[in-house]
Amino acid sequence: MLYREAGQFKSSYETDSQIFPIRQDRIGIALLVLVAFIGVPLFASPYFFSAILIPFLIFSLAALGLNILTGYAGQLSLGSAAFMAVGAFGAYNFMLRVPGIPLLASFALGGLCAAAVGLLFGLPSLRVRGFYLAASTLATQFFVVWALTKVRWFTNYSSSGVITAQKMQILGFDFDTPVAKYLLVLVIVSTLGLLAKNMVRSNVGRCWMAVRDMDVAAEVIGIPLMKTKLLAFAVSSFYCGVAGALYAYAYLGTVEPEAYSLDLSFRILFMVIIGGLGSVMGSFLGAAFIVLLPVILNTLAHTTNISTAVASNLELMVFGALIIFFLIVEPHGLARLWQIAKEKLRLWPFPH
Amino acid sequence: MKLIKSLMLGAALVASSSFVWAADQFIPLLSYRVGPYGSNGTSFFGGMIDYMNLVNINGGINGVKLTWEECETEYNPSRGVECYERLKSKNGGATIVEPVSTSIAYGILDRVATDKIPLTTLGYGRSDAANGKVFPYVFPLLTTYWNQAAAMVVYLGEKSGGMDKLKGKKIVHLYHDSAYGKEPLPVLEAEAAKYGFELIKIPVAPPGNEQQSQWLQIRQANPDYVIMWTFGVMSAVGLKTAQRNGFPREKILGVWWAGSEEDTEPAGEAAKGYSAMSFNTPGNFPLIDEIRNKVYSAGKGNLKELDRVGNVMYMRGITAAVMMVEGLRTAQNKYGKGKTVTGEQMRWGLENLNIDAARQKALGVSDMFPTIKTSCDDHEGSGAVKVVQWDGKQWVAVSKNWITGDKALVRKLLEESSASYAKEKGITPACMK
Repeated sequence: MLYREAGQFKSSYETDSQIFPIRQDRIGIALLVLVAFIGVPLFASPYFFSAILIPFLIFSLAALGLNILTGYAGQLSLGSAAFMAVGAFGAYNFMLRVPGIPLLASFALGGLCAAAVGLLFGLPSLRVRGFYLAASTLATQFFVVWALTKVRWFTNYSSSGVITAQKMQILGFDFDTPVAKYLLVLVIVSTLGLLAKNMVRSNVGRCWMAVRDMDVAAEVIGIPLMKTKLLAFAVSSFYCGVAGALYAYAYLGTVEPEAYSLDLSFRILFMVIIGGLGSVMGSFLGAAFIVLLPVILNTLAHTTNISTAVASNLELMVFGALIIFFLIVEPHGLARLWQIAKEKLRLWPFPH
Repeated sequence: MKLIKSLMLGAALVASSSFVWAADQFIPLLSYRVGPYGSNGTSFFGGMIDYMNLVNINGGINGVKLTWEECETEYNPSRGVECYERLKSKNGGATIVEPVSTSIAYGILDRVATDKIPLTTLGYGRSDAANGKVFPYVFPLLTTYWNQAAAMVVYLGEKSGGMDKLKGKKIVHLYHDSAYGKEPLPVLEAEAAKYGFELIKIPVAPPGNEQQSQWLQIRQANPDYVIMWTFGVMSAVGLKTAQRNGFPREKILGVWWAGSEEDTEPAGEAAKGYSAMSFNTPGNFPLIDEIRNKVYSAGKGNLKELDRVGNVMYMRGITAAVMMVEGLRTAQNKYGKGKTVTGEQMRWGLENLNIDAARQKALGVSDMFPTIKTSCDDHEGSGAVKVVQWDGKQWVAVSKNWITGDKALVRKLLEESSASYAKEKGITPACMK
């Protein structure tokens, strides 16, 4: 009843091609943005910012990056954490070696470094695909972490091989409180999110999807495979790189290369699979699932009176069971579940 | 809820009318009991909790009761930071944090300075954090990686019959190819130049399930000693591969993270006679007996498997807890006995920690860890280690005395490294009041 599009006519091309064609969606998104930008900073506690919201947004961005590559362009990758590492160490070195460089510029340059590495390691995708490509992107993961520990210049000859993020400052304003960090991350993530949403709806995104669905057919209708695939690698790595820089600067503070381990790559891949391949919203849902659910389970376990050793194991078991449950209910991820719910809502309360 | 709480409190008061707690001191525990290092974490945090229980049974710290809450980190930095943020302001605020994980320690390194909560890193973490002028809230108590490496050289020198005998010897540094394995390199390189031994560096890519090529390389080089700076499954595999290649394990010296039951038991026969570094003397101590008698017999023990009580990781947990409680005691002596200590006061307590032989004896831990005396300049407080050997069933001490390496050299490296950190972060090195 509430979610009806009856009476919403599209009378121009612009209205037809807007991101959210249904008015209720637009209102919903506007409310969400308002809550995120104004409501949350007014009411949430520092714990909520620095332990829940910031990592959620950062992992959403990383998942979005991988979703562009795997979900839209169909190239399986296990190197997301490596691209994050390149972004973080890139941004760190730009800040360190270029005096007075603006923060956002160093993040962007870090992202571009990741994009360049992504391009390089995307080259095998021209020859191999599927699981074989996954194996070759695995090389990125090992190579990057190895290079960052091997070449001491990257860590500014730190004896422990770790980098410590510099202060985040834009136009003299210090982003040192949890709220300020949250807002900075939110602005970056929402800007890049909007950009990604538009990208996948444009010519570029359609080319990616064509390549994903069948690359031979895509080539036949005139889509340059090399350009399309490499662009997907570059854009995806850029997103991961910026996410990695934020992970170091806005979340952890001091980072060792091992923080960007294969384990993290897998976590991001799971976010994308559980959230929904080929969906911008799915990246956010998946990140929420993987980042927030263990915390919620852990908090729940602490309200009961079971011993912590049992609680820790129970938490893992419930988490695993929930993953299997959601994948059985909807193999296409949470985003698809949301879409089905919306379709049902359209007919509610009078289904045919 | 409140009613129930007050009823329970009342009942507790009636039950123990002879004793009333002066106040509560809250300790956050960022523990890990699942995941690849779960068994290490279980023993370590089991030790900490058992000791805190014992302190409470004995009347707390001047009547102040210790309370704690655990949060599962899975050894994952992201989860660890969440746990830290969740627990730091609970129950009147955290006073100290010990995550037993390098990456989690790094994740909260900047946060502890802003939140004014001391972070202890027993036997891991940044070596240069021993400089309290730059890292006022970080305490790598007892010993750091650099002092360990320096002590290793001294031990190998003594084993060869004098430091001058090291000249011309070959020492292989077989290491976990990560920041952790590379950390001792500056010390070992400087020592190699000083004593004239040849240092051969051989990296093993983590996790290190396959080390045939490395040990072949070692056999070809035919070194006098092998320093095994490994972690996790890499240690057991290293020992087994050494045996398969006929390399005598008496020549192998492991780092302390390769020196627990978890490393030697999987290696079986191949580990017998292997020695490693340790900051604890293995064996039984009056304190452990007291824990068995008072905590475990009352059914309050934290570990399910009793044979874990007294193992290497458990002893490290006890050591961490003893340091913590003594830090609290020191802080209480200055800021008021029987009162809850704040993070800033705890920082002072840890910076003025002094556990001498007499104090150790009183605590029932004579010689379990080296005597420790900290100051603003020296947040480490000791730097002495022991060498222990696996006899096939348990670890026994090989070196009777505590070994210290070339502390002047380590100090120099530490000053340089912490100075460059201070410069990067814009910190003016100074002692805190």
